[in-house]
Amino acid sequence: MKIYEMTLAQLIEARESKKVKPEEILAAYQARTEEVEEKVRSFLDRPRDLTAEYQNSQLNRNSHSSQNNQNDKSTKSSNSGQSNHSNQNNQPNKKTTLTGIPVALKANMATCRLTTSCGSRILENYRTPYQSTVANKITGSGGVIAGKTNMDEFAMGSTTEHSAFQVTRNPWNLNHVPGGSSGGSAAAVAAGEVPCALGSDTGGSIRQPAAFCGVVGLKPTYGVVSRYGLAAFASSLDQIGPLTRRVEDAAIMLNIISGADPLDSTSARIDYPDYTARLEQDISGMTFGLPASYLEMDIDGEIKDQVLQVAEKLKEAGAEVREITLPPADLALAAYYIIATAEASSNLARYDGVQYGVRQSGKNVLEMFVNTRSSSFGPEVKRRIMLGTFALSSGYQDELYKQALKVRTLIKEKYEKVFTEVDIILGPNSPTPAFKIGEDMDPLDVYYTDIFTVPVNISGFPALSLPSGFSTEGLPLSVQLIGPAFGEVELLQAASGLEKRLDVPTLAALEGGR
Amino acid sequence: MTMPENKYQTVIGLEVHVQLQTESKLFCGCSAAYGAEPNSNTCPICLGLPGTLPMLNRRALRFALEASRAADCQINQFSKFDRKNYFYPDLPKGYQISQYDLPLGYDGKVTIETEDGGTREIGLTRIHLEEDAGKLIHAGTIGDSTHSYVDYNRGGVPLIEIVSEPDIRSPEEARAYLNALKQMILYLGISDCNMEEGSLRCDANVSLRPRGDSEFGIKTEVKNMNSFRAVERALTYEVKRQKKLLESGRKVVQETRTWDESSQETVSMRGKEEAEDYRYFPEPDLMPLEISDEFIAEIDQSLPELPLEKKERFQEQYNLPAYDAGVLTQSLELARLFEETAKKHDDAKEVSNWLMGEYLRLLKENELEPGQDELSGEKLAELLELIEDGTISSKIAKEVFAETFLSGKSPGKVVEERGLKQISDEDKLARIVAGIVAEHPDVVEDIKGGKDKAIGFLVGQVMQETKGKANPQLANQLIREEIEKH
Repeated sequence: MKIYEMTLAQLIEARESKKVKPEEILAAYQARTEEVEEKVRSFLDRPRDLTAEYQNSQLNRNSHSSQNNQNDKSTKSSNSGQSNHSNQNNQPNKKTTLTGIPVALKANMATCRLTTSCGSRILENYRTPYQSTVANKITGSGGVIAGKTNMDEFAMGSTTEHSAFQVTRNPWNLNHVPGGSSGGSAAAVAAGEVPCALGSDTGGSIRQPAAFCGVVGLKPTYGVVSRYGLAAFASSLDQIGPLTRRVEDAAIMLNIISGADPLDSTSARIDYPDYTARLEQDISGMTFGLPASYLEMDIDGEIKDQVLQVAEKLKEAGAEVREITLPPADLALAAYYIIATAEASSNLARYDGVQYGVRQSGKNVLEMFVNTRSSSFGPEVKRRIMLGTFALSSGYQDELYKQALKVRTLIKEKYEKVFTEVDIILGPNSPTPAFKIGEDMDPLDVYYTDIFTVPVNISGFPALSLPSGFSTEGLPLSVQLIGPAFGEVELLQAASGLEKRLDVPTLAALEGGR
Repeated sequence: MTMPENKYQTVIGLEVHVQLQTESKLFCGCSAAYGAEPNSNTCPICLGLPGTLPMLNRRALRFALEASRAADCQINQFSKFDRKNYFYPDLPKGYQISQYDLPLGYDGKVTIETEDGGTREIGLTRIHLEEDAGKLIHAGTIGDSTHSYVDYNRGGVPLIEIVSEPDIRSPEEARAYLNALKQMILYLGISDCNMEEGSLRCDANVSLRPRGDSEFGIKTEVKNMNSFRAVERALTYEVKRQKKLLESGRKVVQETRTWDESSQETVSMRGKEEAEDYRYFPEPDLMPLEISDEFIAEIDQSLPELPLEKKERFQEQYNLPAYDAGVLTQSLELARLFEETAKKHDDAKEVSNWLMGEYLRLLKENELEPGQDELSGEKLAELLELIEDGTISSKIAKEVFAETFLSGKSPGKVVEERGLKQISDEDKLARIVAGIVAEHPDVVEDIKGGKDKAIGFLVGQVMQETKGKANPQLANQLIREEIEKH
C-alpha cells in the first residue's frame, strides 16, 4: 500500500510502529499532490515544501517546549490564551497524534503563513496576523498545514464554482463539481492529496461536498469546535468539522479540534469525551429513524434507493429502523435562507476596503465603499447580502427574520422530540449526485439542493455524510446520519458500524482522467 | 417663568454616552487608556479582522450594572447584545455591538435640584452597554480634505448609553441633570466623565408644545455639544429657534442639527428621510446575559453612598445648612475631607466654612481638583485647634492654610518655622501697647472724648508692630487699660 492510500488511522499506526517517518509521509503526499493537483485544483495556496514546514515546526516546538507562548497580538488579545486540553486525559497522545500528518484547511480559516482569501477577490492574497484556534490545534498536535483549499466565495454555494479564483474538479469524474462550499477540502481528501481536511458547514458545506466526493464529512454539534479564526458566513450556523476517508479518522480529528475555547463565547462548555470510544461497538440494538416523507420529495431515484438499502443493512445488523415524521424540510430551508443571509449581510460588512483586502477608490468614502464592494464581491455573495439586508430591514424584519427565528425554535423542538424515540436519523444528504461543471442552474434550484442538510444547522445537531456506494454513472452516493445535540460519540459509533458493512472505496484513482 | 410670551412648554430628553474606566476594552484585552499612539491599542479582535470573535469584559458589565442600580433602574435579568449595522470607516466590523430591545437597565431616575431649592425626578428610559467606535482625523481643513486617518484606539472601549425620559423642562434643568449624572458616576468611580477627552458625550432631543398639551411637539436632535455649558447654550438657542418658528405659524422640521460653537447656533445636519435603518438583530457571537438575583443584590450592597444621600446625612449628622451640605458633597474627595476633619474637630460649621471658603478658593487659584492638593483632614483639624487655643489668629491661619495646602507641611510646623505664634504674653504686649499709646496722644484724646471706634486704629498699630502676631482681643483690652492710666 502506498503511503497516500493509507487512512489517517493507518498512517498514525505506521508512524507509531516506526514503519514510516514523518518526513516520508509528508514527501509522499507532496508527490501525490504534485501529480494530481493540476487535474483537481483543490488548493488556493500551499507551502512549497511540506517536509521543510514540518522541520521548522519541530524546531519551534523544541525551542518553545510546546507551550503557548506567542507574544504576538493574538495572545495579547486573549485573557486566558489558547485553551489546552490538560483536562482531557481521556484523549491519548493529543500533542503528537498528527505528527508529520498533512492537513488541508478551507481558505476561510485564519493562518499566518498562507493566504486566507475565503475564495474572494476582496481578500485576494490576504494573510491574517493571527491563527485560528483550529490551525493552532492542528499544529499543536504535530500536524502540518498542507494548504488552504478552494471554496465558494465566503462559503456561499454548493459547487465551489463561486470561487473567484479557480474551478475544483471532482476526483471521481473531472467533468463534475466537487460540491461546496468546502469543495476543495473534499476533493483534496478524495484525491489522496491529504489524509484529512477541515471544512466549514453552514447549511451543508461539509456534508454535501463529502457526499459528492465520496468521503466522510462530519458537522459537529454547534459549539463543539471553536469558530475563532473562521471568517464568518452565518455565525449562529457555522461549524467547523473534518473531512476524512474513514469514520475513525473523523473521530480522531474531532478529538483534536474540539474543545471549549475562551476566545469563542459560543463554544460549548462541556466535558469533551473521547470520540473514538465506541467505534468498535456494534450498531445492533440502536434505533434509527427514517423520515419517509423526505423520500417522497423531489429526489434522485438512485439516492432514494441508497437510503432504503442502507435501512435494510441496518436491520440485518440488528438495529431497529422506525419511520419518523420530521418537520417539513421546506420550512427549514426557508428559515435557513433568511437567517443565514441576514447574518451574512452583517458579517460581510467589514469588507469595505478601509483596513485590509482590496480597495477601489472613489471621490468620497461612500463611493469607495460602493466601488470596492461592487467590484470585488461575486454575484452569489451580492445576492445573499441583498437578501439578508432586506430580511433585516425595518418593516420586513418582523415577517421575515423574526418569523424565521420562531420557525427555527419549532424545528429544534421537533427534532428533540424525535430523539426521545430514536438514537440516530437516517436520510439523504443531497437530492442528487454531483452536478456537471458549468451546469446552468436557477439560484433557487441550487438553494433547494440544501433541503436535507440545512435542518441540522438550524437545530445545531451533529450530522455525518457517509459514502454508501456509486451511481450507475460512477459518481459517489451517500447517506446522512443525524444525531442529537452532543451525541457525536453515538453518531460516530453508528456510522462506523455501518461503514464496515458497506465497505465503499473512498480514494479516487485519478488515472486516465483529464 | 413669568414672561408673558411663554405659552410653550419646553420638552427635552438627553442621551448621554459615558466611557467606562476599565483597564481593557469591552470585547478584547487591549488597553482602554486614552491618549496612546494612534492604533497602538489594537488587536485582531478590536480591528474586526475576519474570523475574530468578541469576549465580554465582565468588569464593564459590572460597572454598567452599578450605574443602572445607582440610578434606580430595574434590571433585565435576561439581556443580550445586538448588532447595530452601518458603514463608516471608524467602525471596523461594519456594525457596533450594542443593546437594542433588552438593555441592562430600564425605568430609572435621577434626582436633580431645582432653582427654588426643591428637587425633581428625571426619569431614565434605559441604560445599556455598548462598544465605542474609532476616531477619524481629517487631513487638511474640512473644506479641502483629501483623505482621513483612522485611529482605532478608541474602537471597542466600553460605553454606557443613558437615555432620559422627555422629562427635562428647560436648558438649565438639562445642565442640572448632567451635573447630577456626572456626580453620581464620579461617586461610583466608573468613569472620569471628562468631556474634552470624550469620556462623556451628550445629545439632546428638543421640542416645544403649547402649555397644557399632553402630546409632544415635533422634535429636533441636537449633537456636537462639547461641554455642559455648550449643552445649555445650544438648548437655549434651539428652544428660541423653535419658538420663533411656532409663533410665526411655521412648523418645526424633524431633523438632526449640530451645535456650531463658533457661530453659537444649531445647524441642520440631516433630515428624517436620511435617518438610517440600523437593522438591529441579536449578536450571534455572544451568549445572552443572565443576571442573577444574587449578583444584583451584591451590586446593591457594593454601591457607595450617593450624592443626595450624603447631602441629607451631612445636614442631619453635622447640622449643616442645606447649602453647605450641597457644596461639600459636590465631589467625593471634598466630602471625604470634610468628614475626616469633622471627626477630629467638633465645630462642623467651622470646618465647612474653611473648606467652602479658603479651600475652594485655593483650588480654583491653582487649577486643581479636590484631592490633588496636600491638605488632609488631620492637618485641617490641627489648624483649627491652633486657632481655637489662641496660638494663631484667624488671619494668620489663612497664611498657614495656604502653606499646608501647597506643601503638605503640618500647620504646627509652619507656625513654628515662620514664627507665627500669637503674642499672648501680657507683659510683652503691655510694653508694646504702652509705646503705641504714647506715640498717639491725639488718638487717645479722641477716644477719651467718646470716639470709641478710634481704638481700632491703635489695635491696628499694635498688629503692625507685632506683624500680626498679637492676640487682638488681648491687645484691645491692654490698650483700654493703658488709656485709663493717662
